[in-house]
Amino acid sequence: MTLILAYSAVLLSLASGLLSLMTNQRHTLLELASGGVKQIRRDENCQGVIFDQLDEHRFPVFLRQTVFILLGVSGICAILAGLAVLISREVFTDQIGLGLPWLPWHVRFDSLSGLFFVIIGIAVGAVSLYGPGYVQGYQESRNPFAVLGLFTGLFVAGMLLVLLADDAFMFMIAWELMSVASYFLVAFQHENPANRRAAFLYLLMAEVGALAIILAFGVLASFADGLTFDALREAKLSTVWASIAFVLALLGFGMKAGIVPIHVWLPEAHPVAPSHISALMSGVMLKVALYGLIRFCFDVLGAVQWQWGVVLLVLGTVSALGGILYAMMQTNLKRLLAYSSVENIGIIFMVLGLAMIFLDNGQPQLAALAFLAALFHAFNHALFKNLLFLGAGIIHHQTHELNIDMMGGLIKKMPQTALLFLIGCMSISSLPLFNGFVSEWLAFQTALQADVLDNGVLRSLIPVSAAALALTAALAAACFVKVFGLVFLGLPRSHHAEKAQEVKYKGMLIGPAILAGLCFLIGVFPGVMIHLLNSVADSVLGQTMPNDSAAGWLWLAPVSAKQASYAPLLVLVGALIAGCVTFWYLRRDPAKAIRTADTWDCGFGALTSRMQYSSSAFTMPLRRIFAKAWLIDERIDKDMQGALNQDVAAVHYQLHIQDHTWPRLYQPIESAVNALAKQVGRIQTGNIRTYLGYSFATLLLMLWVVS
Amino acid sequence: MSWLIAILQAVLFVTLAPLLAGWLKWCKCHLQNRKAPSLLQPYRDLIKLTHKQPVVSEQASWLFIKAPYIVCSAIVLAASVVPLIAVNLPTSATADVIVMVGFFAFARFFLALAGLDIGTAFGGMGSSREMTFSSLAEPAMLMAVFTLSMSASTTNLSVVIAYVLDQGLVLRPSFVFALLALLLVAVAETGRIPVDNPSTHLELTMIHEAMILEYSGRHLALIEWASELKLMLYGVLIANIFFPWGIAETFSAQALAYGLLAIISKLAVLAVVLAISETLVAKMRLFRVQEYLGFAYLLGLLGLLSHIILEAAR
Repeated sequence: MTLILAYSAVLLSLASGLLSLMTNQRHTLLELASGGVKQIRRDENCQGVIFDQLDEHRFPVFLRQTVFILLGVSGICAILAGLAVLISREVFTDQIGLGLPWLPWHVRFDSLSGLFFVIIGIAVGAVSLYGPGYVQGYQESRNPFAVLGLFTGLFVAGMLLVLLADDAFMFMIAWELMSVASYFLVAFQHENPANRRAAFLYLLMAEVGALAIILAFGVLASFADGLTFDALREAKLSTVWASIAFVLALLGFGMKAGIVPIHVWLPEAHPVAPSHISALMSGVMLKVALYGLIRFCFDVLGAVQWQWGVVLLVLGTVSALGGILYAMMQTNLKRLLAYSSVENIGIIFMVLGLAMIFLDNGQPQLAALAFLAALFHAFNHALFKNLLFLGAGIIHHQTHELNIDMMGGLIKKMPQTALLFLIGCMSISSLPLFNGFVSEWLAFQTALQADVLDNGVLRSLIPVSAAALALTAALAAACFVKVFGLVFLGLPRSHHAEKAQEVKYKGMLIGPAILAGLCFLIGVFPGVMIHLLNSVADSVLGQTMPNDSAAGWLWLAPVSAKQASYAPLLVLVGALIAGCVTFWYLRRDPAKAIRTADTWDCGFGALTSRMQYSSSAFTMPLRRIFAKAWLIDERIDKDMQGALNQDVAAVHYQLHIQDHTWPRLYQPIESAVNALAKQVGRIQTGNIRTYLGYSFATLLLMLWVVS
Repeated sequence: MSWLIAILQAVLFVTLAPLLAGWLKWCKCHLQNRKAPSLLQPYRDLIKLTHKQPVVSEQASWLFIKAPYIVCSAIVLAASVVPLIAVNLPTSATADVIVMVGFFAFARFFLALAGLDIGTAFGGMGSSREMTFSSLAEPAMLMAVFTLSMSASTTNLSVVIAYVLDQGLVLRPSFVFALLALLLVAVAETGRIPVDNPSTHLELTMIHEAMILEYSGRHLALIEWASELKLMLYGVLIANIFFPWGIAETFSAQALAYGLLAIISKLAVLAVVLAISETLVAKMRLFRVQEYLGFAYLLGLLGLLSHIILEAAR
């Protein structure tokens, strides 16, 4: 039953993709319908409905809605299947006779897949509510819906199939389906050269990553008989070969997940895709990469080494800090969110690294705690990053603007969007009572247990990374204060922002509202989520987090109640009491109601929106403090005039901030590849006789090898 | 019973906070040869402000009006977590020290947003500076706190204090470093000299005051109260963690009274130390603050490392 639900999720998403191809087939459908109706003929009512929906103007709307409804149902199926397997803690296996005759697809659906099914399901559900309103804005001639719908369906189906795969063959096919489908989604608005470039970069890195994954599986397969994960699990590898496989897998999955320094495709590709697709890519596809890494390292590869944990810890720390520092400097809202995904993936990698370190040092309970914290953060990130991307989509839809320096004052024009976006910002800044805080709290609790380790270097390394995590969290709060403050508060900075209105299509608010509600509910009742995650930890590590049940369900006590506890519900009650008492006490006298007046302008005359802090002004102190973290090109030019050329007529300010990775890592690689290509070019003489000579030489060489 | 005492403690915290601010001002005035206002002046100021009609800019959104309540509640919650006169109270278990830091972040988040809400340059300036420096101060504070919690192997403040009481007077290098780090952070986070000066409105240097420039009436009262509460909270944190002697371990009336007396005298001494340092030290240039906070961070890290290397070595 559970497996049928999982399959139907895949099939429904495929069906939604295929259905969207019908956009251009209205006439065929019309003929079919009239043919069909001739046979039925009796039911006048039914006939009316069919022809009504096939009307020239209504048909695209009807089709869009049906496509998204199918996608939504697929999401619901995925949630149900995931929850069923998480609660029952069973493992379902199956074989499908697809693919090559002697290589059937092996399917396995266990708790780990179930969790990620739930993540995808929630995201897809929210997107399907949001989508119909969002895609209305696209011109059919330029950006056909058929393309968007088809590849969205394939993309979702690919992600779900990756989670179901139980052999390397099926895994790679599903992985490629996901990668290639998302490439077309990134390239959807291909009339813009920058988008084409971003899409190509994405495809290139996705394929390099896929190669690394294939090689990683290849290393394992050479020690095993067969490509099924069961066979790969049995493989006996020496530590060196296992480490090689780990490094390859880390490269492949890390490239998809977007850890520094192989994150460069992410801030290019995510902003140019349509917003609901960026939400899926950032919120969900990165999680699928994470799933791959967890499945490969903890499950298939088996015995993890603590050195791998150190690698993950260091890479994660660098990604977290680098991601948020780069995010801080962005003015494009979606680019900023993409960089912030790098940060969050970094945090997850850090905690996963801790899990490996504890696991190899004989501390399975602490490893389970770390593992749980990582999964919890992955889940939370999927929720709030989806929410924020969908929010950014609404803003883009209503203001046609993504530059946060051109916005402002939207809280009055779009109050509901503002509230939803605020919840997202609070969650991602890990403020108490919201979900982001719970997972960071768990991460801190894990890091504080470093005392139990014997290795002195590890014991001092882990607290240092915890300190970096604290810095990351604080910088994230600063970053999202900037985002919310500049976009929604203050005076409108442009005409578009001034004329913005709340979205008409209610689904565009309901989708994000569900995510926002989940962010808050999980922040207040983390115990439910911990219970579900425990079944994953149980199936992967064979160990659950010992949430101190003596303290009751209200409390979160990961190690023991004496060591640390957190009761978000009581905190919420306390906050409500404190807030209500002060509010009631101070507002009881109607005579002292608020008086509104002009803003104080220091007596200089009217304030304009140009006098407000901009993005670059807001981050100036940080830019100065962490100056080494970016390549900053700041230029101030003054136009001079007057008799002695001493009066300043105008000042031009230019600020260009770049990632360190481009000049340090990618440009050398690029020039090396070019140089190599030139060398190879030498043997291409263009003369057919030479080429025949090459063939002959190769043939001789082969014969010699064979004999 | 224990919940009652916890509520009593929170109320004590809230009511005593302005008195500490008054005492600090009194000490400073006497040190600087000025005539001191009465000790109760902060109370009078708060009452005066609550009776005034607040004036709000036309540009303000709901966030600006709600923010003072949110800020004040968050700080009150943070205060209720910290053991003031007794340990083993249930509130310390509902939220540990990391959550307490989270409450501070919560309050700061809304205060910074409120600063940006009106759309004046001052508000933005204050928000930008506050978020910058607090994002440097927060990790330093967590480092200091982690040193303590790793020593006591708990993040529950009450248990940490009980642990220190239990150990007796032992000189630990890690605690000395943590104490120094926490002192530096406390000065920065409560906006005192040399990082910020709560008594001036000079645009070159002000941080906290720039954000709340637009507030008046009861809104201003709440924010002022919250910042007084924050000052006291850091004082109590330092006094009770590093010098916990005198705090009540049982809930008898005598022990509680003794605990109250102990914390009042400890805070009085701390305030004198702060007043002396504020009189002796000049305000720092804005872009020196990161060095100051970096130093605090380093001290916290040194504390942690010395705990790991010297004290927990096996």
